[in-house]
Amino acid sequence: MSQSVNGNSEPLVRVENLTKHFSVRIGAYGETKATVHALDDVSFDVQRGETLGLVGESGCGKSTAGLTLLQLHRPTSGKVFFDETEVTGLPDKEMRPLRRRMQIIFQDPYSTLSPRMTIGNAIGEPLWLHELASGQEVQERIAELLDDVGLNPAFAFRYPHEFSGGQRQRVCIARALACEPEFIVCDEPISALDVSIQAQIINLLQDLQEEYHLTYLFIAHDLAVVRHISDRVAVMYLGRVVEMAPKEKLFDNPLHPYTNALLLSVPVPNPRQERQRQHTVIQGNVPSAISPPSGCRFHPRCPLAFEPCDHEVPEWREVESGHWVACHAV
Amino acid sequence: MSVLLDVQELQTRFQVRKGYVYAVNGVSFKLEEGETLAVVGESGCGKSVTMLSLVRLLPPAASIENGKVLLRGDDLLQIDQRQLRDVRGGQIGMIFQDPMTSLNPFINIGTQMSEPLIYHRGMSKKEALARSAELLEMVGIPDGEARLREYPHQFSGGMRQRVMIAMSMSCEPAVLIADEPTTALDVTIQAQIVELVKELRDRSGVAVIWITHDLSVVAGIADRVIVMYAGYIVEEAPVDALFEDPRHPYTVGLMGALPSLEGETGTRLTTIGGSPPDLEDLPDFCPFHTRCPYSIDRCRTENPMLEPVADASDRGHRAACWVDIREVEVQSNGAGASS
Ligand SMILES: Nc1ncnc2c1ncn2[C@@H]1O[C@H](COP(=O)(O)OP(=O)(O)OP(=O)(O)O)[C@@H](O)[C@H]1O
Ligand SMILES: Nc1ncnc2c1ncn2[C@@H]1O[C@H](COP(=O)(O)OP(=O)(O)O)[C@@H](O)[C@H]1O
Ligand code: SF4
Ligand code: SF4
Ligand SMILES: [Mg+2]
Ligand SMILES: [Mg+2]
Repeated sequence: MSQSVNGNSEPLVRVENLTKHFSVRIGAYGETKATVHALDDVSFDVQRGETLGLVGESGCGKSTAGLTLLQLHRPTSGKVFFDETEVTGLPDKEMRPLRRRMQIIFQDPYSTLSPRMTIGNAIGEPLWLHELASGQEVQERIAELLDDVGLNPAFAFRYPHEFSGGQRQRVCIARALACEPEFIVCDEPISALDVSIQAQIINLLQDLQEEYHLTYLFIAHDLAVVRHISDRVAVMYLGRVVEMAPKEKLFDNPLHPYTNALLLSVPVPNPRQERQRQHTVIQGNVPSAISPPSGCRFHPRCPLAFEPCDHEVPEWREVESGHWVACHAV
Repeated sequence: MSVLLDVQELQTRFQVRKGYVYAVNGVSFKLEEGETLAVVGESGCGKSVTMLSLVRLLPPAASIENGKVLLRGDDLLQIDQRQLRDVRGGQIGMIFQDPMTSLNPFINIGTQMSEPLIYHRGMSKKEALARSAELLEMVGIPDGEARLREYPHQFSGGMRQRVMIAMSMSCEPAVLIADEPTTALDVTIQAQIVELVKELRDRSGVAVIWITHDLSVVAGIADRVIVMYAGYIVEEAPVDALFEDPRHPYTVGLMGALPSLEGETGTRLTTIGGSPPDLEDLPDFCPFHTRCPYSIDRCRTENPMLEPVADASDRGHRAACWVDIREVEVQSNGAGASS
C-alpha cells in the first residue's frame, strides 16, 4: 500500500505554502489585537491510496491544517490542489462536487451527531444532499453503510444517545462514507475512545481504506498509533511541519531534534526497557502561537541550537529521497 | 517492608433514578511503604471512585456499602471528620487529572499553597510562603517567590500540574494518590511530570498510587500493577510479571490492542470485541464474559475470585478468571492474542 514518494506517483492532495492566521483579542479586556500563527508556510502532498500521519503536541496546528486544507477555514495564503484542481479560492458552486469527495471525521463523536436525528437519517442526509441515492435505495444504502462499519442495520432507527462512544464514531465514519469520498481527514478519531475500542476503530479504518481505496490524512498525537496506521508521517511544531518521511525512516532515523525529543518522550509498554532507557526529557513548554520564536520555532528548547537558529528560518528541503526536514543542523 | 495501606472488600455505589450504579465491587489491595502501585483500566471502570472512597471525598449520591481502609491500622472509613481532614493533605496527598478543578481560579498560588502548611504543619503565614516558594523551585518552576503572586490561569497545564504536585507533597505525606495526572498533558510534558514524580518519590520515600488508563506509562513508574474492570480487580501483579506473563484475558486483550513504537507494523491489532458492561446491571458471574474469547460455561454462572495464578513467578500475582489461559488456544483476529 505504501507509495513511492519521490514524485513518480500522483498526489491526490497537494498543499503549497499553506498559511492560516487567526485574529484574536488578548489582554484582560480584550484591548489588544493579536495574530495566532496557527499554520505557517506548510507544504506537503498526500498520495492516492496512502495514509499520511500528522503528529504534534496540542495546539501545534494539526486540526487547522486539516480544516484549511478542506477549505473549511479560508486560508490566509497558500494553495491547495485536489486531484489536480486548485481548490483555494474556488467559487462555492464549483467547490460543492469536490467537497463530497473530501470528508472529515472528528475526535468527538458526541458533538458531531445531532441528538434529535436517528442515526439512519444522519447517515442518509448526505445521500440526498449529494443526490447519491433516491427512494428505496436510500434505506438500502443506509443498511449497507451500517453493515460496512460493523453496526447492525436495525440500529438505523435509534438515536445517538443510545450508543457508546465507539459505536458513535462508527456512525460518523458511515456518514462520511455515504458521500463516497476519496479522501478523508481523520482528526484524532480515536483519542476520545478507550484503549480496547481504539483498536477496533483503527482496524475498521484500515479495512475500509482497502475496500474503497481511500486516502487518509490521519491526525493524532499518539505516535505509536500513527506509526501503526500511516505510510508516511509528518511532524508539526508550532504551526510548521518540521519533518516528513516514510514511517520507517521517521521512526528509525529521525533527523529533526524535535522529532527525536518527541520519540524519546513516549513511554514504551515494557518495564525492563523503561528502566534502562535514558530519561533525557525535553525541557520547557511549547511557546505561544501568538508570538512564536523567531528563526527556528524550536530553538528555545533545542539542545542543538546554534548561531543561525534564532534568526534564520530553516529551509524545508528534501535531504534524502522522500525525507524532508527543516533544520539548520541537518 | 510493612503495609501502609490495607484496603479490604471496598464496595461503593451511586444511587441513580432507576437503581444503583455499582462502581466498586469488593476491591481489596495493600500498599507497602515506599512502593508505587499503578491502577489501570478503561474509563468508567471505577479507578477514581475507589481512590475517592479511600479518603471519603465522594459526591452525595455515592455511598460506601462495605469495606475497611486501614492506614497504618486506623480505619479511615470509621474516623470522624476532624481526623479525616488531618489525613487528607496531611498523610495522604492527592493530584487529579485536571489541576484547574482543584485550584481556585480567584486565589493566588501562594495563598493556596500556604493553606495546607498552615493547617497541617502549624506554620505562620510567612513561613508557609517561604516554604511554598521553595516547593515551586523543587518541582521545576523557577523564580518561585515571584510566581506565588500569580493566579492559576497564568500557568500552563503542565505547570499547574507541577503546582498541584508541590502542594500535594508539601506536608510530606506517606501516600501520594495521583489520578491520571498526565492524561490531559502532551507527551513531552507528560514525560517531564513522570520524571518529576519519580524523583520526588525516590527522594522522600513516599508511597504512590498512580491511576492511569495508559499501560505504557505504568511500565516506567510502577512496582506493582492492579488492573480493574467493571468495578472489580481482575488482575494484580508485579510490573514485570504483568507485562511478560499476563493471565487475565482482559489484560491480554489490552496489551494486544496497543500499537507499538518498534517492530512490525504490517500486523492487525488484536481487539477486544464489544464494550464494557452496564454498571447498573452487572451479572453475578464473570463481568468480562460477553467479550472474552476464553469463556467456558462456568463463566456464566459463577464470578471468579481474585486468586493466586498457577506457576506464578511471584506470590503476589493474582487473577480473577476460571481459565488458565496458557492451556487454551483461542481464535485471534490478528497477531496472536495468546502468545
Ligand atoms: N456522580 C455519579 N453518579 C452516578 N454514577 C457515577 C457518578 N460518578 C461516577 N459514576 C459511575 O461510577 C463508575 C466509575 O466511575 P469512575 O469515575 O471511578 O471511573 P474511572 O475508571 O476513574 O473513569 P474515568 O477514567 O473516565 O475517569 C462509572 O460507571 C461512572 O459512570
Ligand atoms: N478559530 C480560532 N480562533 C483563534 N485561534 C484558533 C482558532 N482555531 C485554532 N486556533 C489556534 O490555532 C492554534 C492551532 O490550533 P489547532 O489546529 O486546533 O491545534 P491542534 O489541533 O494541533 O490541537 C492554537 O494556538 C489554537 O489556539
Ligand atoms: S534549526 Fe537549530 S534550533 Fe531548529 S531544530 Fe535545527 S538545530 Fe534546533
Ligand atoms: S472467568 Fe471466564 S469469562 Fe471471565 S475472564 Fe476468565 S475465561 Fe473469560
Ligand atoms: Mg485538534
Ligand atoms: Mg477517573
